[in-house]
Amino acid sequence: MRELKLPLSLEDVKGLMIGESVKLTGRIFTARDEAHMRALEFHKEGKELPFDLNGSAIFHCGPIMRRSGEKWAVVAAGPTTSFRMSTLEPEVIESFGVRAIIGKGGMSRLTIDAMERFGCVYLALTGGAAVIAAKGIEDVRGVHWEDLGMAEAVWELDVSHFGPLTVAIDAHGNSLYEKVGEYIDKRLPFIKSKLGID
Amino acid sequence: MDEDRLEDAIVALLKRSVIELPADVLWKLNKSYEKETSDVAKVQLATIIENIELARKLGRPICQDTGIPLFFVKLPKDVHADLERVIINATRRATESVPLRPNTVDPLSRKNSGDNVGLHMPCISYQFHDEDYIEITALPKGAGSENMSKMAMLTPAQGLKGIKRFVLDTVLDAGGKPCPPTIVGVGIGGSADLCMKLAKMSLMRPLDEPNPDKDLDALERELEVALNEIGIGPMGLGGRTTVLGVRAGKASCHTASLPVAVNIQCWAARRATLRAYEDGRLDIL
Repeated sequence: MRELKLPLSLEDVKGLMIGESVKLTGRIFTARDEAHMRALEFHKEGKELPFDLNGSAIFHCGPIMRRSGEKWAVVAAGPTTSFRMSTLEPEVIESFGVRAIIGKGGMSRLTIDAMERFGCVYLALTGGAAVIAAKGIEDVRGVHWEDLGMAEAVWELDVSHFGPLTVAIDAHGNSLYEKVGEYIDKRLPFIKSKLGID
Repeated sequence: MDEDRLEDAIVALLKRSVIELPADVLWKLNKSYEKETSDVAKVQLATIIENIELARKLGRPICQDTGIPLFFVKLPKDVHADLERVIINATRRATESVPLRPNTVDPLSRKNSGDNVGLHMPCISYQFHDEDYIEITALPKGAGSENMSKMAMLTPAQGLKGIKRFVLDTVLDAGGKPCPPTIVGVGIGGSADLCMKLAKMSLMRPLDEPNPDKDLDALERELEVALNEIGIGPMGLGGRTTVLGVRAGKASCHTASLPVAVNIQCWAARRATLRAYEDGRLDIL
């Protein structure tokens, strides 16, 4: 299994192929719908983000966190459905130089195209496997935009051997989900005739 | 009925439900892992199984989406307990102590109550039974799978073929989004609202328990094989395991109707059941 270190370079992500398993070490940031929208608002207004996404990874995740004294600790942190961010992600990738998106379920063709154009990959983390994911998070460095609520805030996380992650969209326009889709289209007539519904 | 003790037991029930998966689900996941041939699918299933074991060992929720609180309650005919208040209090306490993620919001303002209690939430279904104990099943359900729910009012002429087509289309549309391998609950008949409830309640039947209705059992088996041949696979990344099972329930309906509903459950098929006896005994099954 390939081990990757953040921040990622263009060469790092270009060397990844769909179907490959990797693990990540370094700084990542959670962001869901609300954080994506606010980051783009900041960008439009020319305001600087309170965190640096350049070369980093965005994690589609609304974690359960628990405060112990001054520090936050992760209770559970699996991926959320990435598709919801599909309309926002191309602009986020372009604006902030994000090199990897971690999530589940894949993203739209527009995002796949943006990943190819700007050099970014989509890494699928097993949905629901929140304890395995939490195990790979060594430290909660901080939280931004806490007013958005626990799930929607941006959590700055230091991860170590985080994964396994499957390269599901590479930086060359390939998507494992689209490959699966093509296979399904081929199988469907056979399955329908078996069920007597063709 | 000692309501304080019952409340404590429901807090423990919620905790159990989000931390420990029922044995039949784990059994089916292991069986599916053995059958998988692709590396990508095997990695997904191995991660899922390892996560389940780690969650139990560490006493942590399996998934960060601890769902919305759904309860199915069976009552003896002469019950004397303020159950609604007890379940609401237990939900508040479990949200704080387990902890559960506060997921419950107002549907329009999107304001989060912070304690998973809201208008008609927890959602509690009551039904009487002939036993002398109260049975409470907690079925916390995440949004990823619940968002894939669908129902249709078919015409009677569309019949069984129409039902199969609807289930297939719903699973295809859902793809990798509801965290496959899933359990597919199918409701057939009833009224529109009852039909969806049948689909959801079917999810409570263990995966190693066949449907007592012969026709429904055949339908479940046929659909399970077909859905696993599609190739969506674990997490939609391809493979032989798209569903862990199909569970169907039916109710009589209007002669001019054929309602069908699909309610999908993710692999983290969380459920736990509590029995509270008259003599004070409390058992989490």
